[in-house]
Amino acid sequence: MTETIGYQRPELVCPAGTPAGLRTAVDAGADAVYCGLQNETNARNFPGLNFTPVELEQSLAYAHARGAKVLLAVNTFPPAGRFDLWRDAIDLAARLGVDAVIVADIGVADYAAQAHPALRLHLSVQAGASSPEAIRFYCQEFGVKRVVLPRMLTVAEIAALHREIPCEIEAFIFGNIGMMAEGRCSLTNYVTGVSTNMDGVCSPAADVRYEQDARHTLTTKLGPVVIDRFIRGESAGYPTICKGRYLCSAKKDPYYAFEEPVSLNLSALLPDLMRAGVTALKIEGRQRSRAYVKDVVCAFRKAVDDLMAGGDAAFASLLALTEGRRETEGTFRTKRWR
Amino acid sequence: MPLALLQPVLNRIATHVAGARPELFDRLGPHAGKRFLIDPVDFPFVLVLTPERKAPRLNAHRRHERPAHDAAIAGTFANLLDMIDGTLDGDAMFFSRDLAVSGDTEAIVALRNALDDFEGSALAAAIGSFGPFAGPASFVLSGFRASRGAGS
Repeated sequence: MTETIGYQRPELVCPAGTPAGLRTAVDAGADAVYCGLQNETNARNFPGLNFTPVELEQSLAYAHARGAKVLLAVNTFPPAGRFDLWRDAIDLAARLGVDAVIVADIGVADYAAQAHPALRLHLSVQAGASSPEAIRFYCQEFGVKRVVLPRMLTVAEIAALHREIPCEIEAFIFGNIGMMAEGRCSLTNYVTGVSTNMDGVCSPAADVRYEQDARHTLTTKLGPVVIDRFIRGESAGYPTICKGRYLCSAKKDPYYAFEEPVSLNLSALLPDLMRAGVTALKIEGRQRSRAYVKDVVCAFRKAVDDLMAGGDAAFASLLALTEGRRETEGTFRTKRWR
Repeated sequence: MPLALLQPVLNRIATHVAGARPELFDRLGPHAGKRFLIDPVDFPFVLVLTPERKAPRLNAHRRHERPAHDAAIAGTFANLLDMIDGTLDGDAMFFSRDLAVSGDTEAIVALRNALDDFEGSALAAAIGSFGPFAGPASFVLSGFRASRGAGS
């Protein structure tokens, strides 16, 4: 890293759902790209998405030839008796020479540290480590080099945390923002029987139904649960329980019980995050298209470069890409974000 | 436009894309045999894509025929074109209600992800397969895009 005008140049960490998405991210200026395998070991285990071992190997060659890193997300929690799949993913990552593995589970972290001590470990947001004590534990026990912080801290808290931990910090700057208890969500599991944290699927598509009536009212369902109804012209959101709008006897109108359909966008807080000691800025969205990856990565690449050059960051609007066409700074500016 | 004139062109697109990118079917997995209704809402016809590995089909039907399908995706022709081409994000179109999906959502997600992994432009590749007619086809398409100001 180089140091200029009070900032350290942050690494721009970008999503890739497919090999073409990875090439798009690298070409758009990603410093690092994160991706997952086509199984339950990663938290975006969606149909048609992710990488075969051969595709991962080819993608590593593409990224490395252009000076970009590849991080492999092995960030779900193995159920009892199924550890082999996660162990194989770690072994593959080491054999192919990925630049880091993003882990969430203590057992997976321990296996990686024991079997492949040279393999760089990042702690996934799914681990939900947000205190200096928790993060130091992962660093001391497993040699974790970077923590991806849960989206529940203010920038001031991140700066304070930075002074107390022995590893790098990666912070989300754009994309989906879910419930503030990452790695502990059981809502999908409750409704569908499939787990976000163990099967890698939040709102599995097989259980999602969209119904639009003659008046263009869109009803979104997950299994038997009606998640939301959007009237004609109203922006829609993802079919996730945590962003559903529900009827409740305590409320007169349907209301968002947990969180609203909205995306995180920390464009305005970018200089503050860079001053707070954040090493890496993360863009969410492995389930999104190449078009999304290109637009978002290009916008943040230019902003970071402008700031590093001593100028102001001029952002093109990314509102059209946000869920519900709405943006939030979540908890990063204040804990009272709603 | 008589659909009889359109059908040979659609057959050519289906067989060319399937031949050029067989890995597309790996991403589709068990959904490769399903029937996807593609509904350009501003056109008088709809398409049914059956992306079977050995015999991929893309058939045009008059809208009133209501062809059988497992999943459906509807939007303006221009938006569908740009989404297939990788220049528009399908989720963003869904958020803005410019894209409607129904039926087997898992099949739709698999198809979207499979097409998004198509290197470069799937459409350009299909047009390129028309040999001496590729130039005129590309010219017509560019004219169409320019006329709606997409600039993509």
